[in-house]
This record gives sequence, structure tokens and C-alpha cells, in this order.
Amino acid sequence: MNYNIRLTITHSYERPAANGRHLIRVLPKSIAGRQQLSNHLLEVFPEAETRTDSVDFFGNRTTTCTHITPHDDMSIRLACHVEMHPPPPWRDVSPDAETVCQQWQASRDLGPESPVHFLGPTLRLPPNADIAAFARDLHDPSASAASTVITIGQALYEKMAFDASATTVDTSAAEAFKIKRGVCQDFSHIMISALQALGIPAAYVSGYLRTLPPEGGVKLAGADAMHAWVRAWCGTEMGWIEYDPTNATLVSTDHIVVGYGRDYSDISPVSGHLRSSGSQRNTQAVDVTLL
Amino acid sequence: MQKTAPQTSDQSRPDDLLLAYANYVAAGGAHSDEMLGTDGLVKPVWASFFDHLSRLTPEDLSFRFARGDQYLRDAGVLFRQYDETLSTEREWPLSHIPVILDEDEWKSISAGLIERAEFLEFVLRDFYGDNTLVSSGQLPATLLSQNPAWLRPMVGLGGGSAHLLNTLSFEIGRGPDGRWWVISDLVEAPSTAGFAIENRIAMSRVFPGFLNHSNIHRLAGFFRNFQQTLFAVKGRTKGEIALLSPGPMNQNYPEHTYIARYLGLLLVEGEDLIVQDGKAMVRTVDAAKPISLLWNRLPSTMFDPLELDPTSMLGAAGLVQAVRDGALKTVNMVGAGVLETRALMAFLPKIARAHLGRGLALPNIATWWCGQEAQRDHVLAHSEQMMVGNAFSTRPLMADPATLTIGNGPDNTSADSLEKMLRTAGRDYVGQEAVTLSTTPSFENGEMVARPMCIRISLGRTADGWEVMPGGYARISAGADAKAMAMQQGGKVADVWIASKTKLPASTLLSQETQAITRRSTHAILPSRAADNLFWLGRYVERSEQNMRQCRAYYARISDGADHNDAIPAYMRAHLMDNVAPKARDITQRFAEPLTLGLQSASRINDRFSPDGMMALRGLAGQIQAFQGRSSLIDEIPVEISSLLRQTTGFSGLVHENMYRSDGWRFLSIGVSLERAANMCSVLAACIGKDAPTGALDLSLEIADSVGSHRSRFVVLANTASVVDLLGLDLQNPRSIRYHISRTKDHIAHLPRQDTGHLLSEVARQTLMVETQLATSQPDEITPEGLIQMRQDIWDISNALNEYYLV
Repeated sequence: MNYNIRLTITHSYERPAANGRHLIRVLPKSIAGRQQLSNHLLEVFPEAETRTDSVDFFGNRTTTCTHITPHDDMSIRLACHVEMHPPPPWRDVSPDAETVCQQWQASRDLGPESPVHFLGPTLRLPPNADIAAFARDLHDPSASAASTVITIGQALYEKMAFDASATTVDTSAAEAFKIKRGVCQDFSHIMISALQALGIPAAYVSGYLRTLPPEGGVKLAGADAMHAWVRAWCGTEMGWIEYDPTNATLVSTDHIVVGYGRDYSDISPVSGHLRSSGSQRNTQAVDVTLL
Repeated sequence: MQKTAPQTSDQSRPDDLLLAYANYVAAGGAHSDEMLGTDGLVKPVWASFFDHLSRLTPEDLSFRFARGDQYLRDAGVLFRQYDETLSTEREWPLSHIPVILDEDEWKSISAGLIERAEFLEFVLRDFYGDNTLVSSGQLPATLLSQNPAWLRPMVGLGGGSAHLLNTLSFEIGRGPDGRWWVISDLVEAPSTAGFAIENRIAMSRVFPGFLNHSNIHRLAGFFRNFQQTLFAVKGRTKGEIALLSPGPMNQNYPEHTYIARYLGLLLVEGEDLIVQDGKAMVRTVDAAKPISLLWNRLPSTMFDPLELDPTSMLGAAGLVQAVRDGALKTVNMVGAGVLETRALMAFLPKIARAHLGRGLALPNIATWWCGQEAQRDHVLAHSEQMMVGNAFSTRPLMADPATLTIGNGPDNTSADSLEKMLRTAGRDYVGQEAVTLSTTPSFENGEMVARPMCIRISLGRTADGWEVMPGGYARISAGADAKAMAMQQGGKVADVWIASKTKLPASTLLSQETQAITRRSTHAILPSRAADNLFWLGRYVERSEQNMRQCRAYYARISDGADHNDAIPAYMRAHLMDNVAPKARDITQRFAEPLTLGLQSASRINDRFSPDGMMALRGLAGQIQAFQGRSSLIDEIPVEISSLLRQTTGFSGLVHENMYRSDGWRFLSIGVSLERAANMCSVLAACIGKDAPTGALDLSLEIADSVGSHRSRFVVLANTASVVDLLGLDLQNPRSIRYHISRTKDHIAHLPRQDTGHLLSEVARQTLMVETQLATSQPDEITPEGLIQMRQDIWDISNALNEYYLV
């Protein structure tokens, strides 16, 4: 399957902003045997005064841009192709959560794929007793870790309502869990916190989602936003699996990975610092079309 | 051991001198004492000092102690306590009795610390390099992966040839058997060196004769060498060396300002820095200037909000990138703080044996990480002798209020709850042996008592390897319990003296330590933030003074029998005092508040503002506070304000007589002038207004302190024209609007970036316009409306100045 991805992010400033420095993480990863990036172009307007492309600790592609001189707005435009390969047929070879726990405790690996980075807590995702209790109530200690991941994800999907107006980018997982509403970021943070409470390493995934058109319907261009889901480590044999709690589904060719992190902060599409005295308005438009 | 009064072998000493210290008893048994040997006699290394001390009367002593404290106050050495919003300053808690160590013992301590420093460098390289300690199983992976101090953006930077550690401190304590143990490895921003030298200078005021003629090692050489180290690390790169401080809200800020001044480094805060074209730059009133080496005194996680803690307001975005690109060097490596992790201490001894083939000469206190079964079980089995605390914290357990102990302490935990905690969340906890520390003499309420102590020692890397400062500072507990060591809990600090066996050459005597190391002053560089604070210092102090003059004029009338609702007082409140209530407290608040703000501005630029100026401001603030606290008789208020005004004049005198004519002085002066000129516009506009009551013109002369000048310049009684002339247009009157606009123009002409060919900068242009208007106006052309507009024009000058230089 081949996708054409277009993304535009615009920041508009009420008063001219200066001394801007932004870290951009929007380019899909190339993952051997799963997804392959090609024909990509990432542009920033106004043209950045300095621009550095690099790869961060977790292997995510980052672009750093500076705009020292005052400017009224900044936009980021990405166009690329991604070729997706279907995953191998699902086969659950994971042990129970307790065994998974023992396995990562014995880990001597500090590489980016190692489960030891994803045990929580983080600054952004402190431990939460309510979410932990929710996870323990659902947990069958004899169940395989992978089936636990699906159980928790499914339960969250049923418990939580998707509501783009209920939370913001800064809402904590605890708060979203309390009001049982939120968007993909909230679903994912809560699920990460729940899995970690059971000792299952879990990571935040940022990426793009092809929104399946409704029966007989036409896909609306630009209606999508960047998406997020969860990656969970299910023992040395099975390794990482990915699950999307917002759509209650295991991840396949509809999910295009940009990058992995411990929480949103590690892999937020744009983070930045600048000097500006007024307010700021951000817009984002994503278009993921099947070729 | 028997509890006995200390004795020396010198039997000729009169008994009554001994009696003065009769209460000093080494606690015996489980303790060792620094001054008394196990035989109960004063150790030889203390003998001459003890002898000196014994010959001083109690009056003598308190006089000397006060002299030392006076020095610390004068030098601005304070201990800051702060909560979220407020920082309060306390006297530096100097214990006036030194801790004296024998040179031989010191040599072996030094050798041990150097070995440990080299070992820590090896460990740090591995943490940010190949991670072989984890891959070989010597260290659990989660001790790094779960560690907030292990900074992922720095991973991969452990491999270069440059040293990652260039300055370190250690806190060591002596156990009951006389052996030294490392209590903490202080890697990140340890404030040791600056405090040590300040303590030493203060001690040279307490015991001048003794220190001058004794064989105590000097500290200055260490600083000279360390300064050279910084220049060596910076290498041939262009740019300044700066010390990056968290700013005045940090309790160690006085040390930062002191050491920056002493070593001739530029003191910066995150707000001063910007990363431009890949280089770290300091924003100054001139162009941005490159920084090539930062001595980082922030917690590393705060270094860069973009790549590290996003909530950090202390660092600057892009610094990490500049470090990764090799454009910026730091001392120490950003991320080195991971070495302070408590749980690491459980593994360092083993790693050292594997790496060195033997144990470290100076091991840390025995520590167990409860994330491993065997270690956890050991902690549980010996919980009576343990302190237990967070595994990833970097605070020494014995100084941490959160530390748990089993047993008799006030904060004891039951063995059951401890067991439950360690079995469910062992990974998050360490146990550490509760060591009994040696005691040393300290004066409390005029009595000499034995208090537990530990010593902080500073090391610097030189071209010849690590060098240990021959001294340091001791922390002395406020009670018999070692937990009251922290200054927040009433602990004291003492100077540490290393006594040489041989007489030291006279050339290294004390006067040398009091002299800062000279080099080209980086004060030629004026960061925008510092200029901004100086500008506002000038404005606030002037505002305070203006408001004092108004209040004095107001109360002069009230104490003459006028009512608050009479014409002049009512008019003043309405037109000059923002409709303030006629209550004395509300009115005096009008000058107390700007002064407090001025003090805040001044405290942000400690390094550029003279301690004398600071003291004058503090004195003034204190006097105002006392004045507000008293319920003065109405009659006394004008007299009291006059006394405050005299003190304010003292401050202005210091600024004008003592302050070097730098750009910083100019910004301060411009602040004063613009504030005074704008204020005078308001006063004049109000007092020449059509509805101004009789006596308003005299009032304006009084507020402007120009009654005498008016009398000598004009033979007539005050009329509108004569008042406008004198307070508005007269170039010779230092209270007139024109005088201050002209001064502002001169100052601006001397500032950087004004030499722009034939085009004037916006700020120079606006100043010239106001000046021209004043120079070409006749007194009768000046109207209240025109003055209100002029005040606005003056604030526009301030805004233009701000935009051009200060943001």
C-alpha cells in the first residue's frame, strides 16, 4: 500500500515573534519490513535562518529551525510518500505480565528499543492511583501480556468518549481519565500509564492515520490531524506490539509511524521557544491519501 | 572514655583558662572528635590554636566573632532561604572555630579524592558512551533508564578526548574508627570554593594575628590554577567564559556572584543567552557576544527547555544543540549530575574493584539498592542501623528531611511499613548505613560544645591533573544529631585549616587571598538584562525619592494644622497621588513600595552593583520598615521623611561618587533622569493648572527642593512663569526637566550602537526632540496639557531605549 501524506502546521502570532527556535518531528520513520519513506520534502516558511536535521535518542528524525528576526507567522509543510507492508499474521507468544517484568529487569540493553526506557513515570506522566486501579481491576495475572494490552485498550475505548473539545494539549492523563473524555493523546497517555502500572513497558507513538472512508463515502481532504497510539513490550520473544486505543484496534497498514517516545513531550510534532508578547494561534491540516 | 575537660600536655597553663572550655567533652565511645584525641588530650595539630583561644577573654572572643560577621555582611555573603515566591536573607552562619587537620592526613585524603575523581570520570564516560557497565551486568539498566539525571540528548558525548569533569566537590565525614567516608559526590554545581574563600577571609578577621603567623595552607593558589584550567578548557576558541547561574532566587547566588567576580568571569542567567548561527551568545547592550565556555551552575535538566526539562525557565533553548555541535563547552559536562544518584553508591565500590583491581581508598558510605533482592533483604535485616530514602535523589540521606529511620528518631517508621514499602517498590529506595560522625568544637550561647560535622572539599582539574583545594568548609550540625547539618535547619559552616608541619613562606600570606585574581574585566560586557535592572533600579529609587518629597510636603501641611480635606492636601491626593486614601500608611506605602522594587532590581545584579550601594539601599529599606511599623505622631512624619531623604541622598552620592563610569552606570543614570523629568512634568502640570489652589506654585518648588534656588534666581514671589522657568527649562537646575533630558541625551550618545552615521537611532531622535522643545520654548508657552504630552514623550524615550537595548 502506498500513501501520499501532506501536512501543514501554521503558527500565527498576534505580534511579531523573534528569537524563535523550533524542534520539528513530523517525518515518518523508515522501518525495515514495515514502512518505507520516499520523495519527502519538509519546508519551513519563512525560510529558517539555520536548519539542522538529526536523529534523536529514540531514533526519531528531528529538524531544528531558528528564526531570530521578527516574523508574523511560521508554517511547516511536509509532503511525502510512504510504502506500507502488512505485518506478519498475529500470533500471541507473550508470557504473563509478571514474566515480562522479570525479563526487562534482567535487561542489559540501553539502546533505543530497550523496554527499560518505557517503565514510567515521566515529568509529563506521573503515576496515577485511579488509572493503576483501573488496570489492576481488569488484569488477569494468568493472561498473556499481549492479551492484557488488548483488554486494557478495548476497555479504555469503551470507557472513554472521543471529544476534541474536552481536553487540550496540556491536559494530564489523570484529568482526562477523570472526565472520561479526550483525544488520541489522552487515550494513549492513559493506556501507557495503565500498562506501566502492571509492569508492562509502554511507549507513546506519534504518526498519521488513514481515516477509512465510510461505506460509499468520499474521504474528506484535510479532515485528519496527526494521530497517536501506544506501543507495548510483551516480552523478549514477542517484543513490541502497537495498539490504538482511540479506535480499539491493533495497528496495521493504516497507521504510519513518525516516532516513539516515553510520552507526548518526547515526540510532539512541534516544540519551540520564541520571544513574543501577544497570543499565538496554531492550525494543523493533514491529508493521508491512498495512492 | 571518661568525660573530662580537655587538657593539653602543657601543664603550665592557668586553670581558669581551661575552665572556660570545661564543658567541652568529647562524647566518647561511639564518636571520634576532631580536637580531642582518644586519650582526651588536645591533638597536637590543634595545640597552638587551642592555646591562642585559651588566652582570649569571652569579651575578646565576641568582639572578634562580630568582626568576622561584619566582614561577611559587608561583602554581601548571605545565606538565602527561599520559598516559591520570596527569598529572605539571613546572616551567613559562620562557626568561628575552624576545623584543623594535619597535613599528612590531608595528603592521604587528597590522594583518595583524586583517585575517586578519576574513577568518576571513567564511570561518566561509560554512562554517556558505550554503556559497558550496564551491558556487562555491573549496573542494572534501570538505574540509568529510570534516572531523571541521565540525559538522553547527551548520550554519545562520552567518547571525546576532552575531560567531562573539571571541577568536583566531595562531602566526607569521619566514622567512629577514625576513617573517612564519602557522604556525597557533588558533581553538579557544588558551591564549595566560593564559600570556602569567603569563610577564610572572615576567619582572617577573627584570628588575624594567628592566621598570619601560623602554618595554615592558603587557598589563593588553588583559585589561580583553577582559573587557568578554565582558560585551558576554553582553548583558542573565540568568546567569553561565563558562569551560568539560576539567579537571585537560588540560595547559592551570592557564591555565584562572588566567584564570578573573583575569577573575572561573566555572570549570566539563561535569559541572557541565545543560540544564534549555532553559537551560544550573550545578549548585551552592544551586539550579541559569543560565549565559548559555560561554567554551568544550573541543575543539568534545566539547561535547555527545548531538549531537557520543558518547564525550565532557567536555561536557554538551543544550548544542548550548541554543545553537541562542539560550539559550546561546559564545565562540567551537562548531565554529569547523574553521578550524584544515591543508588549508584550501592554499585560504585564493586565497579571500582573491577576497574582498578582494588577498592577505592575513599569509599562512600555503605549503601544498598532495594531493587535487588539480596540488597533489599540486607536493608530489612539491618533496618535499625539504616537510613532509607529515594533511590534517584541526589541529596545526601542524612541531610534529607524525607529520610526514614527505624527506631528512636522523631521521624521513625515502623519496621512493618518499611518492609511492605521495600517489597512493593524496592526499585525506588536505597538503604544507607547510619554513620556516626566525628564531632568538632562549636560555640553555642557562649559555650564550647561538640557537634557532628562533615567537610566539603573542592577539586579542580589542572594541566597536571586533579588538584585539591588545601582547605574547604565544614558543615556543623545544630544539634547532637547529624541530621541538622543543613543551614536551613540551623547548621553552621566552619573554615577548614590544613596545618603544615613546616613554616610556610611569608610570601603566601593572607593578603594575597583577599585580592581577586586580576585580568581584563568582563564588566566591559553589559548583558541586556543587567542593563535593564540597572535602569529600573535608577527609576525605582528616584520614584521613591519623589514620593517621599510629596509625602513630606503633604504632612508638613497636615502638621501645620491643615485638614486632609483642605484645598492643598485634597488637590495633592487627587492630582499627584493617584487618589490615595489620607491614611498615613497608604501614603507612606507610596515610597516604600518602589524602594522594595528597586532593591529587587539591585539584587538581580549583585555582581555589578557595589556592596556599599546595596547596603545603603538595605539600610534605607530597613529604616522605612521601622518607620512604617511605628505609629508616629503626625508632627514627626515630615521630620522622619527628611531623615529618609538624607539617606536616599547618600545612596545617590555613592552612585555618583563611587560608581565607575561604565555603560551600566549610564543606564542607571538614565533611569533616574527619565523618572525625575517625567515626574516633574506631572508636578508642574498639576501646580500651574487653572484650578490649582493658592499655594500650589510654592508646593511645586518645595517638592522640587528648589525653594532656595528660586529665591536666588528671582526677586519676585513665585509666579507661573518663574516656576516653569526654574523647574522646566533651566539647564542649570538639577531638578528641572530640561536638565535631565539633556543628561539623558549625553548618556545615550555614549552608549554602544549610537555611532550610526548621519541617522540617529530612534531613542536618540526622540530625546533630541524633547530637548529641542524645551530649549526653544518660552515659559509662557508651557501649558499643563503640553506637560502631560511631554511626560508621554519621555515615556516614549524609555520605550525606545528598552526596545533598542534591553529586550
